[in-house]
Amino acid sequence: MDSTWQILQEHLPQALIDTAYMVVISAVVGVVLGSLVGLLLYLTENRLFHPNHVLNSVVGFIVNAIRSLPFLILLVVLIPVVQALIGDPYTPTGGAIALSVSAVPYFARISESAFSEVDDGIIEACLSTGATTRQVLTGAVLPQARPSFVRGVVLMIISLIGASAMVGTIGAGGIGDMAIQYGYNRYETGVLLVIVVILIVLVQIIQWVGDRRARHLTH
Amino acid sequence: MSIIELQDVHVTFHERHKTVEAVRGVSLKIEQGEIFGIVGFSGAGKSTLVRTINLLERPTQGRVLIDGKDITAATGDELRKLRRNIGFVFQSFNLIDNITVGANITFALKAGGVDKAAWHDRTVELLRLVGLDSKIDSYPSSLSGGQKQRVAIARALANNPEILLCDEATSALDLETTEEILALLKRINTQLGITIVFITHQLDVAKQIFDHVAVMEDGQIVEQGETFDVFSAPKHPTTKSLVDRYLGIAIPPQLVPSLPAGTIVELRYRGDGALEPLISDVTRQYGVSINVLHGDVEYFGPKPIGTLIVLVDGPAETLATALNTLKTHVYSYRELDRKQLAQPARGDGQQGEE
Ligand SMILES: Nc1ncnc2c1ncn2[C@@H]1O[C@H](COP(=O)(O)OP(=O)(O)OP(=O)(O)O)[C@@H](O)[C@H]1O
Ligand SMILES: [Mg+2]
Repeated sequence: MDSTWQILQEHLPQALIDTAYMVVISAVVGVVLGSLVGLLLYLTENRLFHPNHVLNSVVGFIVNAIRSLPFLILLVVLIPVVQALIGDPYTPTGGAIALSVSAVPYFARISESAFSEVDDGIIEACLSTGATTRQVLTGAVLPQARPSFVRGVVLMIISLIGASAMVGTIGAGGIGDMAIQYGYNRYETGVLLVIVVILIVLVQIIQWVGDRRARHLTH
Repeated sequence: MSIIELQDVHVTFHERHKTVEAVRGVSLKIEQGEIFGIVGFSGAGKSTLVRTINLLERPTQGRVLIDGKDITAATGDELRKLRRNIGFVFQSFNLIDNITVGANITFALKAGGVDKAAWHDRTVELLRLVGLDSKIDSYPSSLSGGQKQRVAIARALANNPEILLCDEATSALDLETTEEILALLKRINTQLGITIVFITHQLDVAKQIFDHVAVMEDGQIVEQGETFDVFSAPKHPTTKSLVDRYLGIAIPPQLVPSLPAGTIVELRYRGDGALEPLISDVTRQYGVSINVLHGDVEYFGPKPIGTLIVLVDGPAETLATALNTLKTHVYSYRELDRKQLAQPARGDGQQGEE
């Protein structure tokens, strides 16, 4: 018992920081770049904006290609790339890069579907007032898509927490790494148990906050 | 010069495996300040046609002229400027639900390039015009259908358009609310002098506010003219069927077997010429009996169209002449078949609902 407590005291804070670091970075990159790609897909798909079948198909293909790789395989494939970029891939930064690469296409699809859910009739009504594409996007599409968008962010963060644990399997840090090292390799069931509880509580909180926010944005 | 002129407009949709010719060679002139109606059954191409006027749908052939200017190829800034001059009101309101009523109006003002300092006052002014200034901070979801449509009308009027296009603007509303919205549109038309193009399949709406009407069928205008003229003397089968559905009155089928012998005739007459003198004349002159079974009068604008169902009986030698006299004095004469009348109704409402 004593050693479990010691392990937790010594390693848990850093592991949590590493996980938070990886998840936050990849979530931010995912939301920013992903929603831009999602927007591009939406604008080139919808006949009311700038339909462009070729561009839509090419971008859609790339997005699907990355999304079709299970995260663990993407992680392994990216090792040499990350190595070239930052030197040591087995670090939280290396993990954050890999997570970001998977987050962007993931969120691209999520935001695209959030945008597509917006009633075309509303867009037609807005265009009929003489609004520019930008005005329609910021003034109508965004407020309408925001609740789905927020739910999508929650979904992505939760799946990134899961994926960040996988980063631990190649030794890049975080609570996944800790669970492998102590829970799996050293049979420290107590450590594993604490990590499980932390994950459950964390995911519940994020879901709760996200749902509240989404409800607040829906009228 | 007409405010709106369509010249041989075609719209063809290409779907994966088929092409749909939604509009096939429509030419129309709509005059400044009138309420112009387009009626027709579902799928006739009404929506597609009216959407070409602000280029939500671009004609695949033909030209659209606004104030005499060809706008068919307008894009970018030119198109946006044009659209500010043409308000559009939809059947499903199409308000932005997640922002307030006031913000919905402000959106249009922003789009119209109105100075930011004027947004608030102008928003209040527009909402006051439609009687909803108290709802400025409400969200659309808290409004009734009629109120939502008022907001949509205020939004459409935000940039002082010359033209207002209404696509089934009252079709999602109940009767009473429909009346309110029609009264509002009529007021907008007379007070602000805005030309209104109104699509509907409800003749009830058509007869109340249209100055001119065009009947559309299968992508083409099959009949058009002054509203009373078109509906009081329909020529094309589509118009006839629309009018019949609307004016059609029926005798309760269960009464039919107990009716005395004779010919059952449906007469339709227009204007103020009541039929009593004619009926008593014919009765006296030919020694026949004429019993009125059912009657109704509908007003198209200020002018009435009446329908009577009568039972005519008498000696064989004069009956035919009597019927013929009736026939020549009304604009629509139809002998009804007893067997068909005795059948339970086919569910055709009187509203011409489709
Ligand atoms: N964007 C589109 N793509 C393909 N076909 C379309 C499109 N819009 C309309 N159509 C087709 O064009 C025809 C005319 O449709 P339209 O909506 O103009 O009819 P409508 O008279 O307004 O009917 P309703 O009373 O049901 O609204 C229909 O066959 C419809 O399926
Ligand atoms: Mg329609």
